[in-house]
Amino acid sequence: MSPALQSDVLVIGGGLFGTFTGLFLARAGLRVTLLEKGQIGAQASATNFGNLRLHGRSARQYPLSIRAQELWENYGSLTGEDCEIDRTGHLYFAGGERGETQLRKDVETATRFGVESQLLEGALLRERFGFLSDRIRLAAFSPRSAVANPRLSTPPVARAMVRAGGTVIEGCEMAGFDVTSGGFAVTSTDGRRFEAPKLVNAAGAWSGALAEKAGEPVPMFSAGPPQFVTEPLPHRLHPSVHMVEGDVIVRQIPRGNIIFSGYPRTHSLPSGAFTHVPPAKTLRGMRELAQCIPMLARAEVIRVWSGVEGYLPDMLPVIGPSTTMPGLFHAFGGSGGGFQIAPAVGQCLAALVRGEASPVDISSYGIDRFTERSEVSEKIHLEFDQ
Amino acid sequence: MQTDTRIVIVGAGPAGLAAARTLVEAGLRPIVLEESPLAGGQGTRRLSPMTAPHRPALFGASAEAIARREDAEDAVLQQCDFRTGTLAWACHDNRLELLGPDGFDSLTYTHLVIAVGATDRLMPMPGWTLPGVFTLGGAQVALKRHASFIGQKVVFAGSSPLLYLAAAQYLRLGHRDLTVLDTTPASGKARAFPAMLRHEPRTALQGLSLIAELRRGGVTLRSGVRLDRIEGDSRVQRLRYTTARGRDMTAEADAVALGHGLRAETQLAELAGATFAFDPDFRQWFPRTDDMGRAGERLWLAGDSARIGGADAADAAGRLAAQSLLESLGRAADARQVQRNTRRLRKQHGFQRAMTDAFRWPAKQAASLADDVLICRCERVTAGEIRAALDTPSGPIEVNRVKSITRCGMGRCQGRFCGPALGEIVASATGEPPGRLRTQAPIRPIPLVFDAGPIAAEGEDT
Ligand SMILES: Cc1cc2nc3c(=O)[nH]c(=O)nc-3n(C[C@H](O)[C@H](O)[C@H](O)COP(=O)(O)OP(=O)(O)OC[C@H]3O[C@@H](n4cnc5c(N)ncnc54)[C@H](O)[C@@H]3O)c2cc1C
Repeated sequence: MSPALQSDVLVIGGGLFGTFTGLFLARAGLRVTLLEKGQIGAQASATNFGNLRLHGRSARQYPLSIRAQELWENYGSLTGEDCEIDRTGHLYFAGGERGETQLRKDVETATRFGVESQLLEGALLRERFGFLSDRIRLAAFSPRSAVANPRLSTPPVARAMVRAGGTVIEGCEMAGFDVTSGGFAVTSTDGRRFEAPKLVNAAGAWSGALAEKAGEPVPMFSAGPPQFVTEPLPHRLHPSVHMVEGDVIVRQIPRGNIIFSGYPRTHSLPSGAFTHVPPAKTLRGMRELAQCIPMLARAEVIRVWSGVEGYLPDMLPVIGPSTTMPGLFHAFGGSGGGFQIAPAVGQCLAALVRGEASPVDISSYGIDRFTERSEVSEKIHLEFDQ
Repeated sequence: MQTDTRIVIVGAGPAGLAAARTLVEAGLRPIVLEESPLAGGQGTRRLSPMTAPHRPALFGASAEAIARREDAEDAVLQQCDFRTGTLAWACHDNRLELLGPDGFDSLTYTHLVIAVGATDRLMPMPGWTLPGVFTLGGAQVALKRHASFIGQKVVFAGSSPLLYLAAAQYLRLGHRDLTVLDTTPASGKARAFPAMLRHEPRTALQGLSLIAELRRGGVTLRSGVRLDRIEGDSRVQRLRYTTARGRDMTAEADAVALGHGLRAETQLAELAGATFAFDPDFRQWFPRTDDMGRAGERLWLAGDSARIGGADAADAAGRLAAQSLLESLGRAADARQVQRNTRRLRKQHGFQRAMTDAFRWPAKQAASLADDVLICRCERVTAGEIRAALDTPSGPIEVNRVKSITRCGMGRCQGRFCGPALGEIVASATGEPPGRLRTQAPIRPIPLVFDAGPIAAEGEDT
């Protein structure tokens, strides 16, 4: 048997959570090895919608989100590459009365954290965003919100990590680990061995197994929203547009295609390998989109897709140290909003791994927060197949 | 149970029609869905009213037999629930999603026969995206459906028996400026001929008489050529090629029809749950089925969409699939029919396999395509961009990943036309057989709103 590869930190999972953590650790001079079962950035971090929105986040999450937005705004200098980041702004609108109440609350929350968001109604709304159907009475615009191309966003982070001295191993699935006197001994499904005093669990929707093995199981499930893309059209839709209720989430990408996402989300296959897009949801999304933005009625849908994302009951991720095993850290369960916060998750977790204070308080993301009495987000009832 | 049975056949080509016929003969009434306005399929495409007067010229001695076959097909379809102009664009949970003349609809089934045929397989070349370049199938559609030629000076180029058939059809309808440039050397055909003759003597000989007919008609025929590039200012003006002896030649042309054999249309089968295996002779992925075409509990596949075999094989496969379906309904299959059609199918498949030798898919050519040649026309991705995406720290990567990075195969056609060349470029770097692009619905573009009316001119929009 060949000797185990030694590192200071082992990161499991090559999505944005794992690669950003790896990048910040490598930059700090640690020997980091990242294991990815498939290819870097091919799961949720690649298949997601690409919203970097500052609207509608939980009040608890704003400090982390704002930190993340700063990092995204510096993505070019962080990674030396581009991933079609565009500060399109985010147009949040209410589809109905429930949405209007929610929207006013959300704008107030954002403003409280210093995020600019302007309520728009009546003539002002028509004048600025005339493409919205007349049915829509209330919206808000957040100019700092942005979008990026998810397919292109993770590989540059991994390449930057490698340039900083890190190691990335693709096609290497962690099968299990043992706790040793020196820390952790990880074995891959094909028998390779890795050892390090620190271990980071950033395996996305697949992180539950590792947490369970560490004796701290989490109530996480896998799902993904139905999404579709149209053929390319002339550029008409600049901001990212989003119905508060989540029925219509839409933007036009630089290539000109319109991409769509919308709830309810669909549960992934029990194997966790795939999330189907039921055609009935596609048809519903098409109808809803044409109603909200009538100028798109003739657009043609060319492909549907979804992704496999981990969701937790309060729709917030787990970020922080294990409560059972010193040296183990978790960063997973993006719960539908992980793309935006990913760079800050990596930065905060890297600080914790190095024994430093996190630049943003992340104590509320602990893995031990789930008890019988913990609050279940109403989104769990509203935004998923029941 | 009988009343709960709902059999749906997708595709009214030879395979779908044969399946329908067998089921009707057994007293059932399947639903038959057909995307195009007429039954008949691709190779055996029916003539439109516009082209019908040319029937005798086009079909010659077989005109009467073809008319009889079409009448028989119509008689069968009258006993089916036959829906033309109806696209099955997705399949999920034993339900087909339809887009038909009256809009969107869906249809649950208990038994599904997919027989949606094949389309041309193309190897891109410099200039292949110029206006005036068609697929061989496109050239035949123009003729049979629209009674028109694709140009005044037409070159049929590639490596496919259909080069000769399409040229002959053009010749019969009076076209007098035709060239056939076949990239397979005559020696390859000579080598394959004994096997072709053994499996299907009639078809093999038909091929020879086609070539004789083209010669008599003054059609320029070249084989063993290398296609270098298609040139023209804003549309096709000429095709440059190198002869087998190494001479540079130019064929003046205002239209080119390209084809390198056929590619099974497998998207719907994949959405319906079929799994796939790579066939090294055909160098393409075919769905897995049993000997009768069964691919799942409720799923049967027949014809070219299951395995490239031509019209006769499709007919045999359609009948076999229907027999297997009847058996699953608890009816005894007709053992003699099964035996006869199994034999027919085996012979045809042997013939087609021999043909892959006579008309080679130019797999290797992909590796030498210049970097600036467009591979994906929908998304305008070049061979060079694909090669750049292959160059990753952990080595060359598989097709779906390349698609994700480059957009190759992400456009309107969803990789149906660029997929084979993309696969070969990737294969030439990885040394593995070409991979398979995953399918997602819809299998054709579908409008957000059915019948949203005419498109307003730019600037008139609301
Ligand atoms: C369709 C969809 C749309 C979304 N839209 C948005 C949006 O607009 N904005 C937003 O902010 N968020 C969005 N999200 C959420 C966001 O994509 C995720 O929260 C985020 O990408 C999670 O990153 P990750 O690194 O945790 O997970 P992933 O990207 O899934 O990475 C986890 C990695 O771990 C690997 N792995 C798993 N197990 C092992 C193992 N045993 N060994 C080795 N490797 C392993 C996996 O292969 C995977 O590559 C969306 C999610 C989906 C699915």
